Amino acid sequence: MHATDRSAQGHATAAELRLNILLVDDDPDFLESLRIPLEAAGHTVTTADGVKAARAAFDQQVPDIALIDLMMEDADGGFTLCHAFKAKAPQLPVIIISAVTSETGLDFDAATPEERAWIKADAFLAKPIRFEQLEREILRHVQNVRS
Amino acid sequence: MNALRILVADDEAGMRHGVMRALRGLSVRLPDVDATVGVEVEEVASGEEALARVDVQPPDILLLDHKMTGMSGLDVLHALQQRGSEFLTIMVTAFATIESAVQATKCGAFDFIAKPFTPDELRGVIRKAAEHLTAQRRARELAEENRRVRFDFIRVLGHELKTPLAAIENYLYLLRDRTAGEYVEAYERPIQRCLCRAQGMRKLIADLLDLTRIESGQRQRTFEAVDVAEIAREALELVAPVAEARGIALALAADGPVVLRCDRAELEIVLNNLVSNAVKYNRDGGRVDVAVQRDDPYVRIVVRDTGIGMSAEESARLFQDFVRIRNEKTREITGSGLGLAIVKKIAGLYGGDVAVASTPDAGTTFTVTLKPAGEAQADDAFARDDQSLAV
Repeated sequence: MHATDRSAQGHATAAELRLNILLVDDDPDFLESLRIPLEAAGHTVTTADGVKAARAAFDQQVPDIALIDLMMEDADGGFTLCHAFKAKAPQLPVIIISAVTSETGLDFDAATPEERAWIKADAFLAKPIRFEQLEREILRHVQNVRS
Repeated sequence: MNALRILVADDEAGMRHGVMRALRGLSVRLPDVDATVGVEVEEVASGEEALARVDVQPPDILLLDHKMTGMSGLDVLHALQQRGSEFLTIMVTAFATIESAVQATKCGAFDFIAKPFTPDELRGVIRKAAEHLTAQRRARELAEENRRVRFDFIRVLGHELKTPLAAIENYLYLLRDRTAGEYVEAYERPIQRCLCRAQGMRKLIADLLDLTRIESGQRQRTFEAVDVAEIAREALELVAPVAEARGIALALAADGPVVLRCDRAELEIVLNNLVSNAVKYNRDGGRVDVAVQRDDPYVRIVVRDTGIGMSAEESARLFQDFVRIRNEKTREITGSGLGLAIVKKIAGLYGGDVAVASTPDAGTTFTVTLKPAGEAQADDAFARDDQSLAV
C-alpha cells in the first residue's frame, strides 16, 4: 500500500496511513465517539454493532485493522470474533478493547508472545481509552505488519 | 459433613474404651441440613497427644478429660484457645462442680459432662454439639454467600456506571478537541447522546436507591387504602407522550376503583416499571393493555404488550439484578436492569409474586399479585430471603 515506504522510515503518522478500520462494539455511543475522530484523522471507518454485523462487514472487505469490544451479547463475543478474523486473515492486526478487566478480576494482557498466542489479539486496551492512545496503538500494529 | 469426627482424650484406658463403646454405631440427625451422619471416633491418652493430633487432623468434637497427668484438660483448652480452633470441646469432669464447669466454659469449652455418665447422657451431649456445629457452619456459609452476592452486585454496578461514563467522556474529548470542526451544530448528536447517557445513569442511581431502601427495610412505609386502578392510570399518563410518538395504543381495564391497603410509593414503582417496560420493548404501532382485577385476598395487575417478547431462557433470568436481555432487538433500549428485580421484591413484601408469559416477536404479559399490607406481613417472603442485600 501507499504508506509502506514511509513506515519503513518510521515517520508515518496514523493520519498519513489512511486505513480501513473496522470498529466493533455493541454500545452505539462508543462506536460514534470513536468513529468521529478516526474519520477526522483521515481513516475510513466501518462500524458494526454486534458479532453478526462485524462478520458481514469483514466478509465484504478485510480491513487494515480491527478494533473489537470484548463483551458483546456473549460474555466472550470479542474473543470469538477475534479468532474468526485471525483464522481468515492471520496478518490482520486486532486490538481488543474492554471495560471488564478490573472489576471482573479477568486480568489479562497481550504483552507477551504467549498471551498474544492465547488471546489471538495483538493488543488489549482497557476502557476508557484516550483517542491519542488508540491512534498510537493502531499505528504501531499496522506498521508491525507492514515492516 | 460426611461423618462426625470425635477425638477422645483421656488418660484412663477404661474410660476411653467405655466412651468408644457408647459412641460406636451412633448416628446423629442434623435437622438444619436435613441429613443424618455417622461418627468416627479416635482416642489419645494424654493432653499432649490431643494437641499433636488436632494439629494434624482437627476433629469436629473433642471429648476432653479434665483431670489428666501431664497437661490437664484446662491446659489443653488454654493451648487450643491460642490456636483459634474451630471444633467444639466437651469437658469431661470428675466432679460436677459449677466452678469447674464455669472455668471450662470461660476457656472456650462448648459443654461439659460429669463422671459418671450413662451412654445415653454422652450421646445426648454429642448430639447437642453436632447440631450447634452445623448451625454454626450454616451461618458462616450464609454470611459468605451474602458477602459474595454483595460483591457481585457492586462489581456489576461499577460496570453499569462506567460504560455510560466512558461514552460521555469520549464525546466530551471530541468537543474539547473540536474534532468535528469549530461549529457547534456538528456536535448536536454527541451532546444529545451525552444527555441521554447521563439520564440513564440517573435512572440507574434512582433504581438503586429504591432497591436499597426496600431491601434494607430502612424506608418508612405508610400504609393506606390506595386505588390501584388510579395508580395504573397515572403510570399510563407518564408514558403517554413516548407511546404516542411511536403509535403505541394504551388501554386500562378496571371495574371501578380496586382498593388495596399498601404503601403508595411502592405501588407506583411496580406500575411505572411494568408500564414503561411494556412501551420500551414494544413495536411501533403496538398496544399496551393494563388490567387491574380483584381476586380476594389478592389484587392482580396484568400488563400485556405486543412487543418483541423473549425466549423461555431469557424469561427465567429476568428478575435477577442487572439482567437486561441483550440482543439485536434490545440494543437501542436503555434501562438499569434493576426494574424487574425491584418489582419482584415489592411483590414479595405484599405476600405476592410476579409471573411472566412471553412469546418471541408476539409480546409479553406480566402478572403481579399483591395482598393487602398487614395480611402479608406474616409470611413476608423478603425477610427470609437468603439473597437479600444491604448495600
